[in-house]
Amino acid sequence: MTAPETSNHATSVLRVNGADHPVSLQRERSLLYVLREELGLTGTKYGCGEGECGACKVLVDGVAVRSCTTSVGEVVGRSVTTIEGLAQGDRLHPVQQAFLDAGAFQCGFCIPGMILAAVSLLDRNPHPNKNEIRAAMDGNVCRCGGYLRILDAVQRASRLPGDPAEGPP
Amino acid sequence: MTTPRAALPFDLLTPTERPFFERFGDGLVVVLPARRPDPNGWGRGGPPHGGAWVHVGEDGKVRAFTGKVEVGQGTRTALSLLVAEELSLSLATVELTMGDTNVSPWDMGTFGSRSMPDAGEHLRTTAAAARAVVLELAAARLGVAPGTIELSEGRARVRGASGARSVGYGDLVKGLRRVEMVPPSTRPVPPPEWTVAGRPTPAVGGRDVVTGARQYTSDLHPPGMLHGRLLLPPSFGAKLRHVDLSAALALPGVTAVHEGDLVGVAAPDLLTARAALKSVRAEWATYPQPSEREIVEYLRQHPAEGEDFWDVLHEKVGDVTAALASAPIALHETYTTAYIAHVPMETHAVLASWEEGRLTVWMGSQTPFRARDALSDALGIPPSQVRVVVPPTGSGFGGKHAADLAVGAARLAQASGHPVRIVYTRKEEFTQAYFRPMAVIDIWSGAENDGTLTAWQFNDLNAGSAAARLPYKVPHQKIDNQPADSPLAQASYRALAATANNFARESHMDELAARVGADPVEYRLRHLADDRLAAVLRAVAERAGWLARPASPGPHPGRGRGIAVGLEKGGRVATFAEVEVHPDRRLEVVRIVTGFECGAIVHPANLRSQVEGGTIMALGGALFEVIHFENGRILNPKLSEYRVPRFHDVPPIDVVLLDRRDLPSQGGGETPLIAVAPAIANAIYDASGKRLRSLPLAPDGTIP
Repeated sequence: MTAPETSNHATSVLRVNGADHPVSLQRERSLLYVLREELGLTGTKYGCGEGECGACKVLVDGVAVRSCTTSVGEVVGRSVTTIEGLAQGDRLHPVQQAFLDAGAFQCGFCIPGMILAAVSLLDRNPHPNKNEIRAAMDGNVCRCGGYLRILDAVQRASRLPGDPAEGPP
Repeated sequence: MTTPRAALPFDLLTPTERPFFERFGDGLVVVLPARRPDPNGWGRGGPPHGGAWVHVGEDGKVRAFTGKVEVGQGTRTALSLLVAEELSLSLATVELTMGDTNVSPWDMGTFGSRSMPDAGEHLRTTAAAARAVVLELAAARLGVAPGTIELSEGRARVRGASGARSVGYGDLVKGLRRVEMVPPSTRPVPPPEWTVAGRPTPAVGGRDVVTGARQYTSDLHPPGMLHGRLLLPPSFGAKLRHVDLSAALALPGVTAVHEGDLVGVAAPDLLTARAALKSVRAEWATYPQPSEREIVEYLRQHPAEGEDFWDVLHEKVGDVTAALASAPIALHETYTTAYIAHVPMETHAVLASWEEGRLTVWMGSQTPFRARDALSDALGIPPSQVRVVVPPTGSGFGGKHAADLAVGAARLAQASGHPVRIVYTRKEEFTQAYFRPMAVIDIWSGAENDGTLTAWQFNDLNAGSAAARLPYKVPHQKIDNQPADSPLAQASYRALAATANNFARESHMDELAARVGADPVEYRLRHLADDRLAAVLRAVAERAGWLARPASPGPHPGRGRGIAVGLEKGGRVATFAEVEVHPDRRLEVVRIVTGFECGAIVHPANLRSQVEGGTIMALGGALFEVIHFENGRILNPKLSEYRVPRFHDVPPIDVVLLDRRDLPSQGGGETPLIAVAPAIANAIYDASGKRLRSLPLAPDGTIP
């Protein structure tokens, strides 16, 4: 990965999925922009650019944030996890597995953001009830209307043995 | 310049000219030809339909091809299941190519719930014909009569014999280069005998979805690609007067084009492209446009000339004028629906790339062949030089039929000599896409004193004809629809006219039932002319625990229930809704039961998903979705200002599916939406005594 050529801006190091990447701190570069356009991590989606749909959610130190309204400068020195960094090799994260088992997708575009929002929720609250799931994930839009399947998937993940937010042992 | 035959799109060659084996290896090919629209008149020689073809390869894989596309509605899995069924294969052995204009059979487009009844029927018939050839080849190889062969898991074996007397499909077609047309006598496996289709199966490609590996058009990034942006009009009807590109062209690496109305820029990165577009100096001439507050009157005063509009219905039975005049009970009401937006999660996205004078465009299109023709026209190159490929698409809902963005990307790619990708911003998606038409519907009805319907006059303005016909027995009827000159761009939308017409009709039926003190379910059953629809209505009433009583006032003030039915695109739907109208007029949908029947169910999990998802999408249009506009400008082009259903809007939804294995499979992507709005409106009446006749019913969360 090469550093951006823009020389009149400070550069720093961004830690994404366990690897360090040099990045420019140019102000208008959002985290979403850097992930998609500079690091090629296209699993993080552009949906609205104003923090209203959740398609761009990633984990920053384990907490789901909207990468479209997060400037890259805000996350320097912290650990970013995108949907590509969730599985360990061929082994899916339990939340990914639960989404697969529940058939919780139609067009699939919102699903990376949904999964990361769910991982973040289950990390704080391993056994949420339906209302807690709804409240935590209300900022994630699924226009196909897959909410009931997604709800089912998050509940499945919360029932799996062990702590679902921890990932595979 | 001539294109080598092997590079020509398959649909522009006769089946025997197509280089099937050069492209996909030796084997067996079976073709069902498409029927294109007759240039001498639409529908001559039968309605046009897409084709299908199937390739059985030496590797034992079966490749099936359709011009339909997958935009999230789940047909990739359902269509693959039908092919797997006919050839006795596991789903994983079938590879389905959808919407690639170079190798897919010609198709009109993916709309109107036609993927299952058209592509499904064509693919299973084609696969059934391939099965017959496989049986014939196996019989010859094994030295037995075809009738003694059974197929299982990609192998042919002699029935009852030990495993030694068997052969795999791949071995059977080794070195073969045989092309067969589907014989007219071909009969696919009847649904009651299905062993692969109609059973629980995970959707194909799910792993790529949950790992983020699935590449949508907006994720494609070939080497050297530039980011394009188009200059778009600030309001409807605005005309470009003058444009100055010099500041844009001064930015590093920027290409700009200005040809006619098309102005665009492309740059190596998105930020520069954005800056370049900002620096374009444009002068627009604007003209006064009608606004939201006057829209009903405007549409009434601006009927469009209907001659080139195919979706027009004028039907008359009996003498409706006389029957209305003499009816003891007569009712006239007007119902309206709003302009709403598709809001696909993936905004419109296009990638265009030129190579030696040939253009390839990747785009989330519901009409790739039409897009190819539009690109060919706009760029002045033959269709054979254009290829449109539809990658996985972040939903469409009828909103992805246009090719203007593709033309812009192709022009920029041509001018820059680089591949160019354009992805609409969410604001552009809201302001430049087209909307679901607003509808104004008048109903005049006449009934006997006991409520028995005698007359029905239905005037739809600007929605379309779908679901305008009555599923009820009424001796005197007149049904018309009339397009209007819309001040906003309007076109296809998931269940568009059916949603509007069904809302009007099913609300009106409830008004009549209330007028004569009839139970809304009994009143519908009394008039229903369709046994299948009656069966769905009974199933939903039973599941919902409906107890017969007239609507309003219900036994619990504030709590109400409503029901509605619909028959469209071969599917039958009934929706039950229970609502609470709180003392502060806040509306809460407490629960929903949707029953649906669309013939034999091919992929039950996906159909359930479509019915649930369709019900939820319909909740948005029923309750709060509305495009606000003034003088040609969209006032709420943001997700923070245009409200779509979210987790907290979704009540418990109970889905009842009726599987009719004795009937052909129909589409399930649209009809499940159409009874939601009237069921809720009827429930609001039951709860509050308030009859609401305009969608959305509760734009700010409260009823008026």
